[in-house]
Amino acid sequence: MWKYILKRLLMMIPVLLGVTFLVFFIMNMTPGDPAAIILGDQATPEAIAQLREELGLNDPLLLRYVRYIVDMLHGDFGESYKNGISVASQVLDKFPNTAILAICGIFVALAIGIPVGIISARKQYSALDNVSMVLSLIGVSMPVFWLGLLLSLLFALKLGWFPSQGMGSGFLPLLRSLVLPAITLGTGSAATVARMTRSSMLEVIRQDYISTARSKGLSEKVITKRHMFRNALIPIVTAVGLQFGHLLGGAMLTETVFSWPGLGRLMIDSLNSKDIPMVLGSVLFMTIMFSFVNLFIDIVYAFIDPRIKSLYKKSGFKKKKAKGVAA
Amino acid sequence: MDKELIRVEDLEIRYETDDGIVYALNGVSLHVEEGETLGLVGETGAGKTTLAKGILRLIPSPPGKVVGGKVMYDGKDLLQLSDTEMHKIRGNAISMVFQDPMTSLNPVMTVGDQIAEVISVHNPGLSKEEVRERVIAILAKVGISSDRIDEFPHQFSGGMKQRVIIAIALACNPKLLLADEPTTALDVTIQAQVLDMIQNLKKELGTAMILISHDLGVVAQTCDRVAIIYAGRIVETGNLHDIYHNPQHPYTLGLLESIPSLTKNVKRLNPIKGLMPDPTDLPPGCPFAPRCNHATAKCSEAVPELREIEPGHFSRCIRTFSEGERK
Ligand SMILES: Nc1ncnc2c1ncn2[C@@H]1O[C@H](COP(=O)(O)OP(=O)(O)O)[C@@H](O)[C@H]1O
Ligand SMILES: [Mg+2]
Repeated sequence: MWKYILKRLLMMIPVLLGVTFLVFFIMNMTPGDPAAIILGDQATPEAIAQLREELGLNDPLLLRYVRYIVDMLHGDFGESYKNGISVASQVLDKFPNTAILAICGIFVALAIGIPVGIISARKQYSALDNVSMVLSLIGVSMPVFWLGLLLSLLFALKLGWFPSQGMGSGFLPLLRSLVLPAITLGTGSAATVARMTRSSMLEVIRQDYISTARSKGLSEKVITKRHMFRNALIPIVTAVGLQFGHLLGGAMLTETVFSWPGLGRLMIDSLNSKDIPMVLGSVLFMTIMFSFVNLFIDIVYAFIDPRIKSLYKKSGFKKKKAKGVAA
Repeated sequence: MDKELIRVEDLEIRYETDDGIVYALNGVSLHVEEGETLGLVGETGAGKTTLAKGILRLIPSPPGKVVGGKVMYDGKDLLQLSDTEMHKIRGNAISMVFQDPMTSLNPVMTVGDQIAEVISVHNPGLSKEEVRERVIAILAKVGISSDRIDEFPHQFSGGMKQRVIIAIALACNPKLLLADEPTTALDVTIQAQVLDMIQNLKKELGTAMILISHDLGVVAQTCDRVAIIYAGRIVETGNLHDIYHNPQHPYTLGLLESIPSLTKNVKRLNPIKGLMPDPTDLPPGCPFAPRCNHATAKCSEAVPELREIEPGHFSRCIRTFSEGERK
């Protein structure tokens, strides 16, 4: 198992290199001169040229890329063009805000998606099933910002129950400010989770071991929970994990609509101001988070399904143990 | 021995599918006495599994539908029981072993837990330790050592899995075991072992059994009485001696001729020509008539009634065959 995890961590290196290179390349292709943007409208061409020289923007792309990677390996992710503050500290500063929102969002998704998916599958083709599947289709396809605006119009501006902007400080204000963005964020994921739960449950429902479970005299509740759901879990965990990975990367639209001070908004601001080190830093961080979530999901698989566990063992520590015995 | 344990009366079950209505059981009646073994024989699609599942009310619905009939057990019609009452019967008084051991166990639960589950649901008063003791005891009975109790199904071979399934079925000392082709999916070398084991255990526990098979040879070794099923109807039933030495229905005759070891002086196997009629479109007359060497015009008019040939020996054929006439 440990060997497997190590292997997966090593595999992240080429992914990160690829992602940084892509971002580097794309940022360079887009119009606009960072030096000009930094210095503003009144800047003289000489000042701009001088700043370009200082930032190393005149060097070939590849050289700049290598320089960035070397710095990165030393733990230096550069400073923001805009305010000169270190990228790492800004990203780490915003991350907890995004993480809180992501966790609440995924909680909403699970709380709605899983029960709806299970009930839909158990009552396939019933009115309940049809209604929830239509709703989930709407949920999947509804634009997030639209839902966000709608919710904030109704519950913040009209009814005044929750704040429409920003993040509250202190436990209760924080909780209140979380409600609308978390629901906005969670709804799309809830729909995805519900659809995945339903289809995965439907596959399991027809299995022979469910007949065996029935023939034992278990109640439908126990069968659903212990036999169906546990077997349906792998695709569900995959879907939830992917959703969570996305949410952790900062939900740009939701964070923008609700002025949530998270990574997503940081990234949009940096993109707008062509703050290359900032964009690179945030993308890198999101990629790492995403890879970690994926790795975590793969480890969770082993706990859900003993067959996968023995597979990991075969490709990991059994071998090491065998070697140890031989030596 | 002569006490009636269960009586199925005129059981009618259909599957309503997109391709039409499958008339799977068309008025099946049979009974089993305490401790005896009834062999239920018929080719694939005859309705054997449907009958066994119908007794335990495990027919998937939709598409399955019990249209009529009774299943009398212990003075009550099982078809009229509430779900809760039925849960108390399943796995406790009547249990079932399914055809395919490879798919009949829950892949994410240890075999010990899968056995324990049936014991604790029917004996809610037992402590965890007592249940585990019972699991170990029943594992020993089916020839599995207790140190495999915490292993998962994928660590077991097909024959061992079927032993686990038999352990589940017998864990609560049922009065009746429905064994649906318990050895068909196993290697030939293991078939005899498993069959012997079932025989010994049922004798030891005094369990009655309906042994489903498509092989009259298997039935000859194990059963007290035999019922032959064809296109959802019992076509002949009697004790072992009646069926093997005085077969009356031409279908039984055909089945007997297709067993090499039991027919005298037969140089080559004599499989029955033709196929079973389409169960969505059964002929108005005897369903076997199109394949029957003895068919007359009268056979296609109406389905013959079961006639008593000698005490306890019934045949659903308009003719009675004496020794010389069978060809
Ligand atoms: N779930 C189902 N849906 C539709 N038809 C079914 C279903 N199960 C069984 N049948 C049909 O019912 C008939 C009897 O099947 P079955 O009881 O499984 O036969 P056997 O066990 O003797 O092979 C067959 O024609 C089969 O195709
Ligand atoms: Mg069958």
